[in-house]
Amino acid sequence: MLRYLLRRVGLILPVFVAVTLLSFVLIRLVPGDPIEVRAGEHGIAPERLAELRHQFGLDQPLWQQFLHYEWQVAHGDLGVSLVTRRPVAAEFFTLFPATLELGLCAMVFAVVLGLPLGVLASVRRGSALDYGLMSAAVTGASMPIFWWGLMMILLFSVTLGWTPVSGRISDLFFVPPVTGFMLIDSLYSDDDGAFRSAVSHLILPAIVLGTIPLATIARMTRSSMLEVLGEDYIRTARAKGLSGTRVVVVHALRNALIPVVTVIGLQVGTLLGGAILTETIFSWPGVGHWLIESIQRRDYPVLQGGTLLIASLVMLVNLGVDVTYGFLNPRIRR
Amino acid sequence: MGTSLAAAAAPMPGPVRLFWRGFAENRGAVLGLAVMLVLLVVAVLAGQIAPYSPIEQFRTHFLAPPAWAPGGSTAFLLGTDDVGRDLLSRLIYGARLSLLIGLSVVALSLSTGTVLGLAAAFAGGVVDVAIMRFMDVVLVFPSLLLAIVIVAILGPGLFNAMLAVAIVTLPSYVRLVRASALSELARDYVTATRSAGASTPRLMFSTVLPNCAAPLIVQASLGFSAAILDAAALGFLGLGAQPPTPEWGTMLAGALQYYQRAWWVLAFPGFAILATVLAFNLLGDGLRDALDPRLRR
Repeated sequence: MLRYLLRRVGLILPVFVAVTLLSFVLIRLVPGDPIEVRAGEHGIAPERLAELRHQFGLDQPLWQQFLHYEWQVAHGDLGVSLVTRRPVAAEFFTLFPATLELGLCAMVFAVVLGLPLGVLASVRRGSALDYGLMSAAVTGASMPIFWWGLMMILLFSVTLGWTPVSGRISDLFFVPPVTGFMLIDSLYSDDDGAFRSAVSHLILPAIVLGTIPLATIARMTRSSMLEVLGEDYIRTARAKGLSGTRVVVVHALRNALIPVVTVIGLQVGTLLGGAILTETIFSWPGVGHWLIESIQRRDYPVLQGGTLLIASLVMLVNLGVDVTYGFLNPRIRR
Repeated sequence: MGTSLAAAAAPMPGPVRLFWRGFAENRGAVLGLAVMLVLLVVAVLAGQIAPYSPIEQFRTHFLAPPAWAPGGSTAFLLGTDDVGRDLLSRLIYGARLSLLIGLSVVALSLSTGTVLGLAAAFAGGVVDVAIMRFMDVVLVFPSLLLAIVIVAILGPGLFNAMLAVAIVTLPSYVRLVRASALSELARDYVTATRSAGASTPRLMFSTVLPNCAAPLIVQASLGFSAAILDAAALGFLGLGAQPPTPEWGTMLAGALQYYQRAWWVLAFPGFAILATVLAFNLLGDGLRDALDPRLRR
């Protein structure tokens, strides 16, 4: 097991270096000199340009620049935002809890609803219920979530007035950030309504972001369950006279869960991509919203550093999924 | 044998008929195919069936509601947008654009992916490792994020958006082609063709590739819907097609300010995206069931 773990970690390092190389190359493809780009529309004097190019090491050969960049990344230095002048990594980790909170709630919504619905569809295979659930699931999986979010706002916020349109909490409350998770911080604040306000702000974005994972998990659970329900040991369990519920929940679901867990792990990339759209629609102050703003402001260090951090997170989660899978299933450890 | 007796009694159904039998069992797939055909007709005949030009502005009819809503008129069946353009006409021309996006993106990523995947499978060694590790690196980025970064760097626009989406969807084609080619390469017919003196390009494209077609067709159909969805998302973020192009995602972005007063400018373009993406997903599921008996439910 330890050898497997070490090998997986060893494999990830070259990929990480390649990811930094890609982010280094991509940002060099921006038309124009990085310094001129930073100077923006005001322009810059030629002498000052040469001076700054030297200062930032841009007059060195590309490979030296790359090594320098690697050195900085390895020390957690991802550059400084052109707009706020704050380090990119620090900004990222200030905003990331908001994205994490939204993503976790979306995932909980998707799993809590998707697993039972998938099991239900598999048990009632071929019925109108199965047909209805699976039609809803394929529709959900095809959903343009930026439109879905707007339609939800139109219905629940504008027409019914049940939920607020944007943000994480009402302006009436000031919640000092302790954990960065608004749900937890607001519980510990002195204001009574703060927690309720945080929940009402979170619920729509979480549902919107969770829609595609929900549909994927429900479909995956159904097909995985159908496969397991056809196995001999299920027939044996039934023949022993166990109740239908016990066979489904204890014998079948346990084994059907392994591929579903993998799919849940793979949804992390989808969630982070979806968070960009969801956060833009709901003005949710997370990293997705921050990245889109950085594009509008041509804040390239933020775009580069933020993308690198998100890719690193995806890599870590994938590693976690692989290791968990190896732990659950000794056959793939080799 | 029973089969040979049956074959003598009635002629064996041809591959097309066999395929159709499997495909038509799936009602969703037939529905998807129907929607796709309607879209195709609408896209081809856009100039004939659209009531107006997609960019013509009727300055007396800003944000006119759809015909059935209070205050609507049959002159603008689905209403008008904030500068008085007929929504129905814009949606019709948008269908042309969406199919064009899907087709270009799939053509680009399918052809590049096929060449790279075959190269990886046939060359092996360093070439294989280099191609596949590069694909792994691309896959580490959430696809929408990478597409956004590429467009942010190349500059917003429909062409760059399509290029970006083609790049981020490339790895799935490469992996698929490589995996199917490798399993075909181990078979006797390939060895036989090789020993008969067939050149490597001939082996690649005319011996092995046709036998990898089934999963590729399925992937292309699903890739079509992914391309339309991602391009619309880029359009919505202001990075794809630019106004006044009647691209559905771009139309949604333009409607954002008015959604509280005029639900129709928001509802219809998004519904068009959903219907198109859903149709291609249903079609892809049906193709998979019909082409790959192992996955049949």
